[in-house]
Amino acid sequence: MKSEFTPPIGKITNMNGKCISLIGNDIDTDRIIPARFLKCVNFDSLGESVFEDDRKTLKGKHPFDLEENKYASILVVNSNFGCGSSREHAPQALIRWGIKAIIGESFADIFYSNCIAIGIPCFTLPKKSIEEIQNYCDNQSLFLEIDLKNSSAQSKDLNFNLEIKESSRKMFLSGEWDATSTLLDNNNLIENKFNQLPYIKFNTNIS
Amino acid sequence: MSQDTLFDKVWDLHKVSSLPGGSDQIFIGLHLIHEVTSPQAFGALKDKKLKVKFPDRTVATVDHIVPTDNQSRPFKDNLAEQMIETLEKNCLEHKIRFFNIGSGNQGIVHVVAPELGLTQPGMTIACGDSHTSTHGAFGSIAFGIGTSQVRDVLATQTLAMNKLKVRQIWCDNKLSKGVYAKDLVLHIINKLGVKAGVGFAYEFAGPAMHELSMEERMTICNMSIEGGARCGYINPDEKTFSYIKNKLYAPKNEHWDRALRWWESLKSDENSIYDDVIKLDASKVEPTVTWGITPGQSISVNQQIPLLDELSPNDKLVAEEAYEYMSFKPGQLIKDTPVDVCFIGSCTNGRISDLRVAAKVLKGKKVSKNVKAFAVPGSEKVATEAKQEGLDQIFKDSGFQWREPGCSMCLAMNSDKLIGNQVSASSSNRNFKGRQGSPSGRTLLMSPAMVAAAAINGKVSDVREFIN
Repeated sequence: MKSEFTPPIGKITNMNGKCISLIGNDIDTDRIIPARFLKCVNFDSLGESVFEDDRKTLKGKHPFDLEENKYASILVVNSNFGCGSSREHAPQALIRWGIKAIIGESFADIFYSNCIAIGIPCFTLPKKSIEEIQNYCDNQSLFLEIDLKNSSAQSKDLNFNLEIKESSRKMFLSGEWDATSTLLDNNNLIENKFNQLPYIKFNTNIS
Repeated sequence: MSQDTLFDKVWDLHKVSSLPGGSDQIFIGLHLIHEVTSPQAFGALKDKKLKVKFPDRTVATVDHIVPTDNQSRPFKDNLAEQMIETLEKNCLEHKIRFFNIGSGNQGIVHVVAPELGLTQPGMTIACGDSHTSTHGAFGSIAFGIGTSQVRDVLATQTLAMNKLKVRQIWCDNKLSKGVYAKDLVLHIINKLGVKAGVGFAYEFAGPAMHELSMEERMTICNMSIEGGARCGYINPDEKTFSYIKNKLYAPKNEHWDRALRWWESLKSDENSIYDDVIKLDASKVEPTVTWGITPGQSISVNQQIPLLDELSPNDKLVAEEAYEYMSFKPGQLIKDTPVDVCFIGSCTNGRISDLRVAAKVLKGKKVSKNVKAFAVPGSEKVATEAKQEGLDQIFKDSGFQWREPGCSMCLAMNSDKLIGNQVSASSSNRNFKGRQGSPSGRTLLMSPAMVAAAAINGKVSDVREFIN
């Protein structure tokens, strides 16, 4: 593996890096990290196993095995990326391999939430723009500078206005994507809600 | 934007605050945990020096990694043993109720919570598992979350979420004989596509849905996520209430009457507004089988695998990948495809009614000598009930192996795996590449009755030929 993994903390505003293109629709989280690697009580060793079975099948020709992609950090994918299992192990494997941001046509809901929760911004672009990037990556290296403040991606030849959910963008800029402390700030409101909910009262036998 | 649907009502009721970024803070009424996605969350609590806020609102069981042949401890697999020990330790330390193996209540988390009466209408339910949508069958708003969100629920009993849109999927008429909830949901996913549900909650409605039993409704809601919808639900009705009544954790006595009145009030209003409505005719659905590598790639048992030209441009890329991976030719019939392994179980179809239907097909018949067949009850309760009814004996007499409860070969985290490029007929929910434990293993999803028929003939068969 590359340099030792340090998880992102605090505000996330800029990501600069080389793009790695992975072509295919409906790439599910079982493919990103097969279930046998879920037998663990921490995420530490997942980076090396990302796309394990797909990589073995392609015998060194998978984008994650190509020498030129070794230090890539911006993953470019097609539609419904990360569908299937809710395993956070999938984005945890990607971030440990070195992925810092993902640009795609669309993302599965749970995968998207998991990425936000661990500090990987996921941006969308229309199919045409994604194909433009992927075609470009086929022939030469693409280094993108992503600025979350104005959701732009810039490079020598290609420039894009990226789309990202406004709530996600704000959370990255403020550092609140790591939600626990923000949620705990409303401790009193949580207690009030607990006391108001009808079913807490008629399920007294639960405790 | 949707209005006055059950989803809107339950969401609004559980909203704690609007967060600075614009998402909502939502209270989670019931939190279910298991051994695979919780250890890192407990680890994070420890790092942040946080406690579990409402330990009574979290319930644990062990399902994904448990062996189904020999469950005596320590497990043969050291890693599996380490995971169950970690869960035991975390539950003990944080005073969380844990339904362990041998408790009589262990099983697949989405089978256990409903059968104990923990799952109730109007609740928000979260679990670190994508098939949490299952619980929507009761008119709860239930969805899968990742480990960081498990941490947030443990620490705060809330989540930061964006409200989903609501699509009503209205199903007219009713299913014909030999056609089951699994066929209907595979049909729905095929018609709408595997990503149509992204950003949506699915409300399954109409006469065909309310005709279904609670267990069949769970099969439907379970697979919402395979259509991209993180959450799927059915408005509660008399069947819902009578299923819950007298369950271990169901409201009792005067609480029952109060609960019932409240549950009645939760249903989507007659003039509620949906973001989208789709109408289907359930009577047109036939026994359905997947041929590809996504749950959307399915056909009726008597149809041919689609030609590339018959597919929409967006579906072609995955179809080409599927033909190659599955070694199927476009235009080939799916019927009579030889199968090597037959698996009945999972949170989709591992309940008592699923076993009954399969046993009815198997009774007096023998599994083909070329097939390895095994049945895995969804929970200890399901296993006990099946034994009381003599179903285990019918399975065994036919040549099926009868196993102990767990997730088993749905995702193959234990030793139940396909070998090489074996083909399985499976009552589970995912036919992804490598899903059932072999990187080249091939999965055909179908109803438990269809799996039983495939086991007898050793090839994909139309179960309607068995049940006249």
